[in-house]
Formats: sequence, structure tokens, C-alpha cells
Amino acid sequence: MSDLFDPARWRPAPFLPAKEARDGALVFVVAVLCFLACLSAVGVIAANRAAHAWTGQLTGEATVIVRPRGGETPDAAAARAAEALAETPGVSEARALEPAKAYDLIRPWLGDVSDLEDLPVPRLVAVTLDARHPAGAQKLKSALSAQGVDATVDDHAIWIKDIRRAGRLVSGLGGGVFLLIAAAAAAVVTFATRAGLAARRDVVEVLHLAGAEDIFIARLFQARFARLAGLAGAIGAVSAAFLGAALRLAGGGEGLTPALPLAWSDLLAVVPCPLIAAIVAAVAAQVTAVTLIREMQ
Amino acid sequence: MRYGRGPDVLSDLNFSLAPGSFHFVTGPSGAGKSSLLKLIYLAAKPSKGLVHLFGKDTAHAPASARPALRRRIGVVFQDLVLLEHLSAFDNTAVPLRIAGRKPADYRTDVAELLTWVGLGSRMHAMPATLAGGERQRLAIARAVVNRPDILLADEPTGNVDHEMAVRIFRLFVELNRLGTTVLIATHDQDLIARSGRPALHLEKGRISVKSHANPSGP
Repeated sequence: MSDLFDPARWRPAPFLPAKEARDGALVFVVAVLCFLACLSAVGVIAANRAAHAWTGQLTGEATVIVRPRGGETPDAAAARAAEALAETPGVSEARALEPAKAYDLIRPWLGDVSDLEDLPVPRLVAVTLDARHPAGAQKLKSALSAQGVDATVDDHAIWIKDIRRAGRLVSGLGGGVFLLIAAAAAAVVTFATRAGLAARRDVVEVLHLAGAEDIFIARLFQARFARLAGLAGAIGAVSAAFLGAALRLAGGGEGLTPALPLAWSDLLAVVPCPLIAAIVAAVAAQVTAVTLIREMQ
Repeated sequence: MRYGRGPDVLSDLNFSLAPGSFHFVTGPSGAGKSSLLKLIYLAAKPSKGLVHLFGKDTAHAPASARPALRRRIGVVFQDLVLLEHLSAFDNTAVPLRIAGRKPADYRTDVAELLTWVGLGSRMHAMPATLAGGERQRLAIARAVVNRPDILLADEPTGNVDHEMAVRIFRLFVELNRLGTTVLIATHDQDLIARSGRPALHLEKGRISVKSHANPSGP
């Protein structure tokens, strides 16, 4: 057997065994945590986009309810209001809605009334505001007053406030869940590092007493756990990306649901996961290892 | 010296070892032989007093200075502490790798040393496949490969037969001839008697001198 070993061809073996029995369980747990963290990150991004989209739609539009005065017909009043608003700075477009649309809006409350046209139904003007410098409700009211139009301007302020609050709430909750899961992953890695050091106390002891610096020993464990966590992070990220893609495909153009639109670009949020997992593991492992080695002295 | 809040394991020790000397430490079980070696190889700190090594007070040396001091000390542990996942060659090379030397610089030295301790045909073997005496010699090879200034061995012949014990002792004598200070903790009174080397006798944590020991106060 001695003939098989040639010192000239010898290469140093790693101080830590390439594989440990507990590695599989650790990778599984960290991968699950990374999977959940990635899903929560994707969810937060989608929810943020949904909230912004809703807010953008509402802030980009206003509705004006026009009431005819004197002998003026409702259609004429609406046309005059639309004309006045179209010339107002901060308005991209103002369009009087057809009477049929106004009837459609009130029909659910009144039922199938044959002479609906005889009712004094107010006309609506849909206003599209300039995206960069939108006109405020007061400005629209002033423009209408200047033309002697009796109207009420609804700039959706109540809804915008609620939607913004809901968006902030969803983002906050999602971020909180994400941080909680990231902290749990760090705690698992820290625990695993302690267990790993305890299981490899012989290596730590031999290297320590052979004159290895604390940081040298810590880096062995740091590199090991960073590699394992990076692998677990990649597994979790790829799994989350697959699930996200499946939901996107199953949900059609709007993804899972119109309330939580999932874009393909959202799946890019999982890309940093392996790196973040590796960094968290490396920091946790180094701090734990140095602390434990110093406790041995 | 004491562990935690326990009783004194060692007390009122006052001795010095001349560079290049060869001493035994003997005494009954629990006398403090291993603790004394731990104080010297910086695995423990005295609760009171000073330990001077290589002209430095190691008891109060900063943590940053201790690794460099440890590299000058070779230790044969009582339980050997071999790394079971590394081959005999890799185990022997550990101190050299820690010292930052390149494999190309020490490959031949390690191979020669292993041959010298009788493991030339077992360089590639994993420790679990080695016999007791082979493991002992491997631990000794690892302890001396970096040519330490002082070699400490804790019961190095405790688990081997008489013939192997004599062979291991000869290795230590050879190292000592090359200039290494040797301190061996052992129960083997026969070995001590036949060696003609001085012995420090520890009993109940206190030291006395037998045979040719030449202790001198600091």
C-alpha cells in the first residue's frame, strides 16, 4: 500500500472534513427559511407595486359631477364643463361621459326604469390629469366657477389616503416577516456553527495549540458555513422563483390576482438571496467561532 | 493553580528548566502533572504566579502573542488528539501549515520524519487504521515536525508495550541531542530509572526533585 502514496504528489487536505452528517439537515432548514424569505420579498414588491398602481390611477384622474343651471340642458352643461377643464393647466384631457354611462351608474339602485331619461340625472366629466404637474381639486373648482358651471369635483382624496395606508401596512408587514425569517436563518446558522465547533473540538484544539491564530480557525468555520448557507440560499431562491413563475403563469397577465399583480421582474428579488445567506452565515459563524475559541482559553 | 472554584491543583511551584535539558515529571494520578504541562503549553493560566517561557511571562502575555509562543512548543497529548479525517502525512504536516510554510518546502521533511518514526509505509493511512504504537509515534512526529524549542509529552508511553516505550524514549533522546528541551510526564518509574535523567516529582500539587534534577529558583 505504501507504493500508492507519493509525498511529491501530496496536496494538503482541508482541516475540516469536506462533509458532515449534519450538513444535509442544516442545508434543508436554511433553504426552507430562504424560500420563505424570498416569497415574502416577492410579495412585498408585488404589493408595493399594486398600491402604487392604485394610487397612480386615482391621483391621475378626477371626476366632476355637473348640475345644469336654468334652461341649460345637462348635456350642454357637461360639454361646457369639459371645455373649461380641458383648458385648465394640469389637465391632460376632460371628456363628458355619454348620458348612457350615467344611467348605467344609477340603474343598479333604481332598477329597470323605462323613462330613466326623464329623471334629472347629473352628467359626469372624466378628467385625466397631467402626470407630472396634476391640477388640484381647488384649481378645477375655480376653473368651473369662472365659467359659471355648477359642479362638484371628486379628486379621490379619501380613497388615495386609504390605499396609501394599506400599501404602507402591507410593505411594513412584509418587511417585518422578511426580517424575522432572515433573523431565524441567522439564528439557525449560529446554532449550527456552535454545534459544528463542538463536534470538531479536536480540530479547534489541535490547531489552537499548534499556534493557529483565532481568526484562522474561525475562518475555516466561516468559509464552511458560508458555503453551506450559500447553497441553501440558492436552493431556496430557485424554489421561490419557480413557485413565483408558476403563479405568474397560472394567473395570466396579472399574475396571482389583480389585487397582487406579480411581474416577471419581481422574481429577480430572489437573486441576492444566496449571497445574503452566505454573508449572514459567514458573520454569524465568525462571531460564534471567535467567541467559542476564546472561551476555550 | 486551580480550575474554577475548586481546590489548588498546583501550589508553590518554583523551578526552571535549562534550555536543551531533559526532564521527567512524575507523581501519582491527580498530582497535577497534566496541569503543569498545560501551564507550560499555554492551555491554562495560573490563578497566581508567573510562568516564564523563552524569556517571556506567558501567564500575562496578550492573546495576540500566544500563537507565536505556541508554535515554539511541541506537545504529545495524553489522548494524542489526532485528526481522524486526515492521513498520517496530513496530521504530521499540521504545525507546518499553521506556520504558513508551503507544501513544496516541507513535503520531503515530513516524509523523512515519518520514516524516522517508523511510519514510512503508513504515511497515507488514516489514524483509525493505525495500531496504538503507530498512533503514538504519529502524535510524536506531529509534535516535533516544526523543530520546537521545547517538547512536552504527557504519558507518551502509557498505552504501548515496553519495547515500544523504549523505542519512543530513544526518539526523545535523539531530539534532545538536536537541542530540543524535553519534559515528559510519566508514571513509568522503570523508564525513568533506566534513562538516568532527572525527574521532578509532583505530589499533592507540590514539587520535589529526584535523581539528577537540577532545579534552580528564578
